[in-house]
Amino acid sequence: MSARKLVIIGATSLIAEHCARLWMQESTPDQLVLIARDPDKLAAMVADLAVRSPGTEIATRSMDFLDAKAIADCAEDICREQVPDTVLIAHGYMPDQQASQDDTTVARTVLEVNAVSPVLFAEAFARHMIPAGGSIGVIGSVAGDRGRQSNYVYGAAKGLVARYVEGMQHRLAGTALKVSIIKPGPTKTPMTVALHDKGLKLAPVKSVARDIVTGMARGRHMIYTPGKWFLIMLIIRHLPRFVFNRMKI
Amino acid sequence: MAMIKVASWGRLVNAEHDLVALSGRDNTPALLARTRPAIAIGNGRSYGDQCLNPNGTLWDARFLDRFVSFDAATGRLVCEPGVLLRDIHHLVVKQGWQLPVTPGTQLITVGGAIANDVHGKNHHVEGTFGEHVLAITLVRTDGQVLALSRTWEPGLFTATIGGMGLTGVITLVELQLKPLTTAYLETEQVPFTDLETFFSMADASEADWEHTVAWIDCSTRYRGRGIFQRARAAADGDLAMPASQQRRVPLVPPLSCINRMTLGPLCSGYYALQAKKQGTRRQHFADFLYPLDNILDWNRLYGPKGFYQYQCVVPREGGESTVQDMLQTLARHQAGSFLSVLKTFAEREAAGMLSFPAAGVTLAMDFPNRGKRTLALLDALDTIVGRVGGRLYAAKDARMSADFFRAGYLQVDAFLEYRDPGISSAMSRRLFGH
Repeated sequence: MSARKLVIIGATSLIAEHCARLWMQESTPDQLVLIARDPDKLAAMVADLAVRSPGTEIATRSMDFLDAKAIADCAEDICREQVPDTVLIAHGYMPDQQASQDDTTVARTVLEVNAVSPVLFAEAFARHMIPAGGSIGVIGSVAGDRGRQSNYVYGAAKGLVARYVEGMQHRLAGTALKVSIIKPGPTKTPMTVALHDKGLKLAPVKSVARDIVTGMARGRHMIYTPGKWFLIMLIIRHLPRFVFNRMKI
Repeated sequence: MAMIKVASWGRLVNAEHDLVALSGRDNTPALLARTRPAIAIGNGRSYGDQCLNPNGTLWDARFLDRFVSFDAATGRLVCEPGVLLRDIHHLVVKQGWQLPVTPGTQLITVGGAIANDVHGKNHHVEGTFGEHVLAITLVRTDGQVLALSRTWEPGLFTATIGGMGLTGVITLVELQLKPLTTAYLETEQVPFTDLETFFSMADASEADWEHTVAWIDCSTRYRGRGIFQRARAAADGDLAMPASQQRRVPLVPPLSCINRMTLGPLCSGYYALQAKKQGTRRQHFADFLYPLDNILDWNRLYGPKGFYQYQCVVPREGGESTVQDMLQTLARHQAGSFLSVLKTFAEREAAGMLSFPAAGVTLAMDFPNRGKRTLALLDALDTIVGRVGGRLYAAKDARMSADFFRAGYLQVDAFLEYRDPGISSAMSRRLFGH
């Protein structure tokens, strides 16, 4: 895909960074805009991306991810000069499930950051991108496929995002703007590197990023990465309650 | 903290480690001070225990994998230590640059390449990886962050090159790359049936061929025959990297695929196949230099017990009879090796205090782990190597004794002055006592 302007929201996410690397190295866009709550954390990433694509103009922005008006203004501002052809919405916040159960303010933040915020960004950018078309990728999670006792507040938020993208896809059917819901399984990051997850290996972030970049280029509606999660979640979604309720997942 | 099993490339030991990921250059000093003693691990391609610390902590440096700067006019690259050599090539080859020294795989980290001061098939032209390192930023477990080069802290710099990660944790590296006009090599394969021919071909090739190496048949029946390979830049060709055609060995077979029954046919088959391909042809440098990189997890073929790699360097004088002795020892022990490599090294000033290459000839062999029998074989090989004043390569080693190491590396005491007391690995405990 030869993208000319890319926007990545939640750029401090490791998955987002590796997607950015692939886009920079393979399609050398003219412009890259990185949006993060704390752009100071982006300095090392920006230097790395500049090495991979020296001709790309890289800009960073900071903003409040929960401020609906600011989100709309930011999208308008970015699109005024040139409408992007690729947008990746990658931010997230996943504290321990127990924290959400113990403290309603934590639960609220989980829901707002993981559900409300991505939806607002997608709406804000989509309205500018419909005429020329392009690709919006929203990072959800396999956790959104079925509520599980070990992670259901976060899962509920990601489920909301999946339902939202479904609606968007219906609205945009037949247009040149493609929206993809991306559902990664557990991915190897500095936080997760020492964890096992019942024998299911953590996916290397490079291959997750490769699946996302390729999937978005092909306009795929739903991207499970690694692909095996499609089958795993298909089974989990269809387990009868009396079986599911006995599982400690 | 949850413990996770980590093995090195030889898969001899699969022990639990407390894996701590280094996620950024800035928070590394505090993290090291808090979690020491430990050892850093890159892509885990050392064959032995250099990157292991069973039941202890392991610093995973693979997330320190960013580029910092690249000057396409001078070929100077600054990057974090977790960058793979392959990633460097994907960045720079199309811009007309290459790494001057790479080993038989691109799938190692820059940090690992420095810790082992790796060498390649072009040692007589470009030497070792460390010779092309301009500067290192090293973090010590007491919180110090030091800039090292040949002029700044040269002692610590030369101790860190080939220093097995024992002097500190590298967080930044500056490399000098080499210009590249074509990604293609003109390669030639010549079968030989005795060692004398190998040596004369190796000598004759030095002037005009950048890369030289030989596969040698170490099965019990035909000793001393092999395939000599040499390569140099092709006259033309573009600067693209090949698309990878990777296959993966999906599981560990219940026993080694390379064993007494298969070794003979494998070696004979390989010799026959390569002998048919004798002559010159044009190959991408990645296909010639990194033949096994397209077979992911090839080390699984040695079965659940893993395998030992043994690489030695012996003086050129009497080299032919030394290699003959080693091959005969293999026969006496009814052992053989499939991925056996024979190469001459040139005389060069070592980049690191514990650098492995020395003028002479190097032989690398692999042996499926058959327990005590294999260890006895390797001890017997040690005797031959020790007798001629040779030494072994720590990157491959899993079992040599501390005394044998000291006998081969004369700068051990100088090196130990620079060790970081907060860093310890299974190898450091074996070779240095702690």
